[in-house]
Amino acid sequence: MNQSVEHTRILLGAFGDSLREAFGKALVELASRYSNFVVFDADVAAGTGTHHFRRAFPQRFFQFGIAEQNMMAAAAGFATTGIIPIVTTFAVFAMRALEQVRLSIAYPRLNVKIVVSHLGTDAGPDGASAQAIEDIAVFRSMPGLVIISPADALEIAQATEAMLNYQGPVYMRTGRSTAPRVLDPDYRFELGRGRILHPGDDVTIVACGVETARGLEAAKLLASEGVSARVVNLSTIKPIDVDLLVRCAAETGAVVTAEDHNVFGGLGSAVAEVLVKTCPVPMEFVGLKDTFGESGEPAELAEKYGLTALHIAAAVRQVINRKQGRS
Amino acid sequence: MNIPYPDHFDIEFLQAQATRVRRIALEMIYQAGSGHPGGALSAADILTYLYFYVLRINPQDPHWPKRDRFVLSKGHACAALYAVLGLRGCFGPNPSQVWRTFRKLNGMLQGHPNLKSTPWVEASTGSLGQGFSAALGMALGLRYQNNPARVYVMLGDGEMQEGEVWEAVMCAAHFRLSNLCAIVDYNKIQSDARNEEIMELEPLAAKWRVFNWSVVEIDGHDFMQIRKGLEEAKQCTNQPVCIIAHTVKGKGVAYMEGSPLWHGSVRLTRENLEEALSSLGVSFGKMNGVLDEPIS
Repeated sequence: MNQSVEHTRILLGAFGDSLREAFGKALVELASRYSNFVVFDADVAAGTGTHHFRRAFPQRFFQFGIAEQNMMAAAAGFATTGIIPIVTTFAVFAMRALEQVRLSIAYPRLNVKIVVSHLGTDAGPDGASAQAIEDIAVFRSMPGLVIISPADALEIAQATEAMLNYQGPVYMRTGRSTAPRVLDPDYRFELGRGRILHPGDDVTIVACGVETARGLEAAKLLASEGVSARVVNLSTIKPIDVDLLVRCAAETGAVVTAEDHNVFGGLGSAVAEVLVKTCPVPMEFVGLKDTFGESGEPAELAEKYGLTALHIAAAVRQVINRKQGRS
Repeated sequence: MNIPYPDHFDIEFLQAQATRVRRIALEMIYQAGSGHPGGALSAADILTYLYFYVLRINPQDPHWPKRDRFVLSKGHACAALYAVLGLRGCFGPNPSQVWRTFRKLNGMLQGHPNLKSTPWVEASTGSLGQGFSAALGMALGLRYQNNPARVYVMLGDGEMQEGEVWEAVMCAAHFRLSNLCAIVDYNKIQSDARNEEIMELEPLAAKWRVFNWSVVEIDGHDFMQIRKGLEEAKQCTNQPVCIIAHTVKGKGVAYMEGSPLWHGSVRLTRENLEEALSSLGVSFGKMNGVLDEPIS
């Protein structure tokens, strides 16, 4: 365990990598210690970060061409022979193979890892065709499929190792743009566990992926107004950390979720499903408001579609008003 | 159940087993109250030959890493697969107990094959095209580990209208997967009507050939030809092989032959079953089937 943490630290000497770059480098790092995985690609290796692995371990890299449905079901068959296929593509193209994930992988619970890039508006100038804003919702509804959406380069390297050590199907999201460092160097990723990154008593901001950094920024803005906002990085969306969410809701009395994804069916819905049963508190949802994105830089899109730290802070003020019965 | 069978090619033995496969499949569908008889009957002879003479398996050990794999990509025809697995000894000493669970709550035999529910089912199928890709992945994974096992996959003809099939045809040829053999159960009829009325497949052999597969065409009900096709497939060392097996939907049951009505999912009445078994030349109580007793 300690040895593996050391490895990820060495690997991630260069913070500021995008999550996809960090993922690709983590694969190279892990390959010498884990001989039991291979990587499948559908002609987007440079886009998913797996070009690093292709260069280092060409014999463990399988090119399936632009044919995701075949690649996904082939991964199921490959996994039955005892080697773990890590299937990589853009999230929208994983959705193209949705039914292959469902029948061939999730239903028989095969040991296939699906790792996708190009999530939400973070995919940027390629526009709406490449910006997956539905993937958490659709993959979360598949029985037994683990969903992970890490927040920074350190976390994705650790999550990559954790997913290899987990027996069963996993769907992990990377990211396209340069990711700020949000986690402490001593951070240890645990599958199924969220983590409080910033203390606070008035409200809990629950975020994943690129929104975790924005949630932390929002907490700083709010602190200057005297609002004490707790920030939780919920990188495992399924299975969800019920205990942590209930504790945070009970202790802070209000929750704001933030995700670069449609507000329907994603992280916010997953959190609400837990709290409505166990500890209902006022909630607000930061995410795309049931609309597709468009071309633009991620920061511009975050501004236009309501995903920045300022938007999270505004949602916090609103939820606190509701909590105090002022709305 | 473990049927002793000759190590030499024995047509009479094969014909007897294939008839049992048909009888058991029909009894299962009758007892379940639903199922797909047409495509099970067209596949019965090939499945019988594969499991008794081709696949290197140990019926006691479904997890033997070097076993040959078979994937029924046309998963709806699984009554025939379950029948032959039971006859081959893969479901233990009392397969009729297992056959009775077909399509039943808490049953081991799902309405379409599921590898988590049923030993010897190598891929979950029932959505056309996926089993073929899964078989391709198995062949690639086995070759990657220098495992000499071979992979056989059976596709339906209507299945070839799925785009994924042609992704896999291109891919298997690209990887030169000579340990992969695809068998097309070409009974010319799909769910609603003849292939040509739904979506023309011809020229089918030419399509596979231009995608760089070795193609053998056989009569899928003639054991001499089935044997020849599968032996040719084993000889091929530089590309995957497709056996296009010309078959008859509903083969062996006169009133079902050539009719899309019996594709499924259908309920067989007692009269339907009796007429079907009489067409096969068998009657109840003479062989160990799903229904041990006559249904009267």
